[in-house]
Amino acid sequence: MTPQEIAEKLTARFGSTPDAGIEAKLDNPVDPYIRISADHVLEFAKFLRDDEELLFDFLSCLSGVDLKGKLGAVYQLFSMVKRHKITLKVEVPTETPNIQSVESIWKTANWHEREAFDLYGINFIGHPDLRRILLPYDWEGHPLRKDYQVPEYYNGMKVPY
Amino acid sequence: MEQFLTSLVGNALLVHVIMAVIPLLFILPYALVVIYLEMKIAAHMQDRVAYMRTGWHGTLQPIADMVKLLQKEDTIPAAADKFLFIVAPYIVFIGTYAAFAALPFSSAFIGSNLNVGIFYIVAISSLVVVGLLMAGWASNNKWSLFGALRSAAQIVSYEIPSAFAILGIVMIAGTMNLQELSAIQTGGIMHWMILGGTLPLMKKLFVIPLVLVLFVVYYISSMAEVNRTPFDIPEAESELVQGYNTEYSGMKFAIFYLAEYANLFAVSAVATVLFFGGWASPFSSLMTGPWWSAFWFISKGMLFVCLNIWLRWTLPRLRVDQLMYMSWKVLTPFAFACVMALGLVLVW
Amino acid sequence: MAETIAAPPKTSNGKPLRTEEMIINMGPQHPSTHGVLRLELVVDGEIVVDVVPHIGYLHRCFEKHCEHMTNYQQVIPYVDRMDYVCSMNNEFAYVVAAERLLKIQVPERVEYIRVIMAELQRIASHLIAVGTYGIDIGAFTPFLYCFRDREKILDLFEMTCGARLLYNYMWIGGLSHDIPAEFVARAKEFCAYFKPQIRDFNNLLTYNEIFVKRTAHTGILPPEVAVNYACSGPMLRGSGVNWDLRRDDPYSIYNRFDWDVAVGTGETGPVGSCWDRHIVRMKEMEQSVRIIEQALAQIPEGDVQSAIPKRIRPNPGEVYARTESPRGELGFYIVSDGTGTPYRIKARSPGFVNLSVINEIARGGMIADLVAIIGSIDIVLGEVDR
Repeated sequence: MTPQEIAEKLTARFGSTPDAGIEAKLDNPVDPYIRISADHVLEFAKFLRDDEELLFDFLSCLSGVDLKGKLGAVYQLFSMVKRHKITLKVEVPTETPNIQSVESIWKTANWHEREAFDLYGINFIGHPDLRRILLPYDWEGHPLRKDYQVPEYYNGMKVPY
Repeated sequence: MEQFLTSLVGNALLVHVIMAVIPLLFILPYALVVIYLEMKIAAHMQDRVAYMRTGWHGTLQPIADMVKLLQKEDTIPAAADKFLFIVAPYIVFIGTYAAFAALPFSSAFIGSNLNVGIFYIVAISSLVVVGLLMAGWASNNKWSLFGALRSAAQIVSYEIPSAFAILGIVMIAGTMNLQELSAIQTGGIMHWMILGGTLPLMKKLFVIPLVLVLFVVYYISSMAEVNRTPFDIPEAESELVQGYNTEYSGMKFAIFYLAEYANLFAVSAVATVLFFGGWASPFSSLMTGPWWSAFWFISKGMLFVCLNIWLRWTLPRLRVDQLMYMSWKVLTPFAFACVMALGLVLVW
Repeated sequence: MAETIAAPPKTSNGKPLRTEEMIINMGPQHPSTHGVLRLELVVDGEIVVDVVPHIGYLHRCFEKHCEHMTNYQQVIPYVDRMDYVCSMNNEFAYVVAAERLLKIQVPERVEYIRVIMAELQRIASHLIAVGTYGIDIGAFTPFLYCFRDREKILDLFEMTCGARLLYNYMWIGGLSHDIPAEFVARAKEFCAYFKPQIRDFNNLLTYNEIFVKRTAHTGILPPEVAVNYACSGPMLRGSGVNWDLRRDDPYSIYNRFDWDVAVGTGETGPVGSCWDRHIVRMKEMEQSVRIIEQALAQIPEGDVQSAIPKRIRPNPGEVYARTESPRGELGFYIVSDGTGTPYRIKARSPGFVNLSVINEIARGGMIADLVAIIGSIDIVLGEVDR
């Protein structure tokens, strides 16, 4: 299925849901994506995984992005059975970055969401164990944000080398 | 030997002291040789050469290793149980060295000519378990504790098949005295226990396969007694760092190291005495005598040591429960069946 | 062989004996965690009840560095150092993603050389994986045989680009050096030399009774769980899932060669065991040799640096490209904002994803099994932590 058809299928199923926010950007160089709203991620995910024509069983990558003023999460979904792919994007404001967690749908998301939380501060609602993964557990700040300032001291050690 | 020394020295106590020290005079050079052998055999099996620079082809390397170990700082972990920690390596060494007292090094020398020689050896080498447990516990380190517990379980379990194997030979020979066992096997290779001992030919045909199985059972159990791969679970380097050895350094580590190699020779020596003639020469009248018999004993022992080294560097290690399974459900039934069959054959 | 624990023994007044579970730390420094990985184990005797991995000890802020580069080409040495054991495959993944973003078509010669280098690196990486796996299980000798063969591959790399481990060889649009004249002959020699070595290695380790007993019934990963956790590479194929990105999501010129995908079939035990993953790696090495021989026979002439752009300034956009590295699916998600500096580069590393499965498959086994499982996942902490 092409991204156009996938977008149409999603709109057909969820178009009537209020503030589902489906916006397909299909002419984007190079990978087309579908933007959805943060509050319905779980329903979308379930539909994408379970529908017989879509069968997106492989969540390849879940990355956080810092779009100026907003934080985003990008989901790269593949279907091993149907051999098609789609990219989903979710954008949330930086002050309240809450996105529903898809950990119950694809277990890959467990560590990927922890990493997005660690590096961007995106809060995934419903994640069973949301804590830092790459940085020490008592680190302050979210480093990959564009406005991140390196702290002077960490536990008494000078940070900028 | 004892008479010779008494005539030389006179004082009976001094004679006993010298007799007690002679195996130590063997163990120390032997340790240097076996360390060298281990690293060279391992290296050549692994398609590389080991040390080549210290001495000709690295022959002085073991001395360098010993000097290095002895001059290292002897650390004791702060929370360790000091007394047990310090005493443990010596107990392990004592358990091993005490077995040397009953080994017939030559037709003229045996430390202590016990009537229950082999029984004594099996019993006293269990002292090693106590030392290992002390080492693991006193290190105050969970990984050492694991190593010690595994080691204790392993050594205790593998004593049973080895005792059965020994029992079979004792049945054929009729004596537990190691000097007599070696004396029985004089007169050429056909008198060695592995080829049936001094039994008539008809019985030999039945006895030889049984004795072969007993030898294999004994050799495998002896590898487990010494904690060598494939049974080196207690010091499994890739899992437990060094097992019960982890916290030891310097002189104490050197004593553990020495004890391991001494134990290796002790079990190899027992294997040669029981199955391969001890100090008896393979030729009936050639190369016999007190010095030649010492030569035969030591070279046969070294042969089994080399076999052990070869196996160590070839095989992976067994998991703890597989090890236990092998001891209780494979080796013991086999050994038991062989001993029963041997009894039948002998009685016939 | 995770047998159930027998019912706990009873004390003299009939109540069951109280046992405690021990929390033990397989700390960052440990001979068999393949790097700085900390595993917190909750064990009941020897049985592992829970495994909690803590990573991040090798986090080097790769993604943050990329956002301050002046050039997309400057990212390549960083990409090398992610998974330092298979650098060529990392570079391959990155340049495939970048060339897709920039819509560059590289010359044929470059494609062939890239495939040859990637497959040689795959063999080298698998040699480390199986060699260290042997050490974890206790067999010390196969490790040295693997490294002896790996030296020959590293000689080939050194001949080409001067480096043995971290190459900075594949550039966006081409390569940094062309292969020297004697490379093709030496590589053919290596292929002829290597094929019997795999057979010897299998005889020594893979089919050894003790090795099979240690690995054939542990770490069973069911295929549905593997797909749900997005495992890839030998982990996925060892569970019987016939999926290889070189064939199923093709990139570069892999579709021109005739080769098979190695899948675990449960030869010695249930499908998805550690042994299956190991044999998949061994078979993949054989298939890599096949690909290399075919590529060496077909390599055309050309200039390897003709398509390298003078200035890299992609249009605003984003791309996600994935390739098959020895450990699994290595993907790069690149976001460009129209300037010469990358806006966001996310490396989806196979080790990060494969390691997350460890709690599922290690529970119920023994500590010795845990060591075997970690070895069979084949992680390199450099790419897990980036």
